[in-house]
Amino acid sequence: MRQALEGSQAIARAVALCRPDVVSAYPITPQTHIVENIAKLVADGELKCEYVSVESEHSAASVALGAAAAGARAYTASASQGILLMCEVLYDIAGLRIPMVLTCANRAVSAPLSIWNDHQDSMAVRDAGWIQIHCADNQEAVDTTIQAFRIAQDTDLPVMVCVDGFTLTHTLEPIELPTQQQVDDFLPPFVFARALDPRKPLSIGTMATPDWFTEARHSHHGAVLAAAEVIAAADADWQRITGRCGGGLLAVDGPDDARIGVVCMGSITGTLQDARAASPELPAARIIRLRSYRPFPAQALREACAGLDQVVVLERALAPGGVGIVGAEVRAALYGTPDAPRVQSVAAGLGGRDMPLTTYARLIALAQAEATTDFAILDVELDKLPEADRYAAAAMAGGQA
Amino acid sequence: MSTITNAGAPTRADGTISLTELREQQPRFQGFVGGHRACVGCGQALAARLVTEAAGPDVAVANATGCLEVFSTAWPDSAWRVPWLHSLFENAGAIASGMEAAYKARGVSAKVLAFAGDGGTFDIGFQSLSGMIERNHNVLYVCYDNEAYMNTGIQRSSSTPHAAATTTSPAGRERLGKRHMKKDILQIVAAHHMPYAATASVAYPSDLRKKVRRAMEIEGTTFLLVHSPCPLGWRHDGAKSVEVARLAVTTGLVPIIELERGSLTGSMPIREPRPVVDYLRAQGRFEHLFVDTPAAREELEHIQALANYNMERYQLRGSGHDARDTAGADTVRRGGVRWA
Repeated sequence: MRQALEGSQAIARAVALCRPDVVSAYPITPQTHIVENIAKLVADGELKCEYVSVESEHSAASVALGAAAAGARAYTASASQGILLMCEVLYDIAGLRIPMVLTCANRAVSAPLSIWNDHQDSMAVRDAGWIQIHCADNQEAVDTTIQAFRIAQDTDLPVMVCVDGFTLTHTLEPIELPTQQQVDDFLPPFVFARALDPRKPLSIGTMATPDWFTEARHSHHGAVLAAAEVIAAADADWQRITGRCGGGLLAVDGPDDARIGVVCMGSITGTLQDARAASPELPAARIIRLRSYRPFPAQALREACAGLDQVVVLERALAPGGVGIVGAEVRAALYGTPDAPRVQSVAAGLGGRDMPLTTYARLIALAQAEATTDFAILDVELDKLPEADRYAAAAMAGGQA
Repeated sequence: MSTITNAGAPTRADGTISLTELREQQPRFQGFVGGHRACVGCGQALAARLVTEAAGPDVAVANATGCLEVFSTAWPDSAWRVPWLHSLFENAGAIASGMEAAYKARGVSAKVLAFAGDGGTFDIGFQSLSGMIERNHNVLYVCYDNEAYMNTGIQRSSSTPHAAATTTSPAGRERLGKRHMKKDILQIVAAHHMPYAATASVAYPSDLRKKVRRAMEIEGTTFLLVHSPCPLGWRHDGAKSVEVARLAVTTGLVPIIELERGSLTGSMPIREPRPVVDYLRAQGRFEHLFVDTPAAREELEHIQALANYNMERYQLRGSGHDARDTAGADTVRRGGVRWA
């Protein structure tokens, strides 16, 4: 049934449909509505699970870790500072190959303090060894949350479902919630072969000497790469059951004969599509949305970029002193391919800075510019800054592109 | 209890069973076995063996990072015969909470044990421990207290006693070891109004076992602080661990007590109190106090005063011969006062 739901409420309902055994929660904006809604479902008896209100995000991740290790389907959610406080636990969960699901309500990271959206938090734990899937809208957030539980148990890997804070979490959209039957058909009961069981004692989390550490890392890396097929298969199965799919590893949208491509992640996709439709005077770009960021879909990206002369990557996080985080990976994936397009990269929408429809025109202008911008911040208003801080090379100031 | 069986119980010709022989032959469950890499005389290894023996096989262990985790494993070996999970240094309380929540949700009947050292309990793991107690998870949390960060090479923790020398609280011309007091973790933990919090010592195994069993029966969070000598860090002979641990108790520096809902409900009386210098002199970490200077003399007086304070506060002075006092408690008794 199609209903108007706030993103967080819809995600909470999706989690409940997956019949979690243990949910651990610590509040942080903009994740709070998700765990509040789950708490209410538990309080109303609509969801039977152990809801553990912990004293920090570090413990939220740790409770989920312990619960999953003891054979429970486990879930938590966080954002921003919470993700960073969880950081070492997130590495540990992945290294122990513990299947669980976490929603990251993407938010900027302090300082300066910002509760608003960008992707700095999930990027900060990019190398923790989790699967990371970014959602374009709230329908996809619902569908991906359910898929994530299956991907986790099929791969023995934790899955982070990234949804843009506020833009998705606090926005009402018409949502098609699946039925319990549909979810049960898609998602088998949770079974963890290595679960802590007194009848079958195992030691989990032993020390590894240099003789073993490399092999453990190899297994982990290989498993994350191999998860690409599982992610695509889960999305395809979901489509068979519900008729909806998120696009597998990446979603490509736009004319086959496009010469310009825009690579992005998350909810900006809809804005770019609307802007393209509203700007017939501009060249129609192919919009390539990375749905799976880890594993990085290099091969699918190469195929999606076939025929393009120009690629502009829209970054939602910053590696100060470096180049664009996603841009560097896109460039590396395309390097050496025949007729590889020029790849430029800009960061925008940092700390919740609005990205209006005109963003599209600026990306097109960048693609058409003769000079190459390896990386810059798109929307810096230099006149707000003291003279000494106006680094021309680091910014694409207003109207410059 | 599937691994414990009475199948081999000795039966006499008349069909009766000899209880004495049965006691001798009864297989004792071991959750933590030999072959690990602990130092000679390690108090923590001894304590872990005693705790897991008393707790039995229906348990799962959440182990903080530290000596115990390191010396008991190294892939592909493990000294554990119970399900065992090590995650990080500061989250034993939280992973134990998660394990307990999982068993509750899944209807699995197993008690979760959380094991951590003093660093993982008094310091870095204190927050997750407090959260676990506040939520009253059905977990027995055991802190193996050897009074410093031994795994990293003897650095002071908030459990290190006043005046003890460690590598980060060394003795020198200007300093007589650690300048701060040992944190009273038991009272802090008990202030959560938890069902049961107690101290124990590896010098008194019967008392330790009894307390583990007591804690195992309680539905809710229980806490056991086990004083566990570290010959390397305390600088005494590995063969003297139990002797040193006993002196810690008989001097009054380590009171053996039980707190229920925050109130004192039990203490082990000291039959013959010993002066603190007997305990201090046995360990190299206090050797800088045995010089003839006013500062050292004052420090020794100070430490004796701390012991005296414990004696009064916890009514530790024994009234005479008591099977449960420091002279009786480590005697194995069969008949009369039941051995624990």
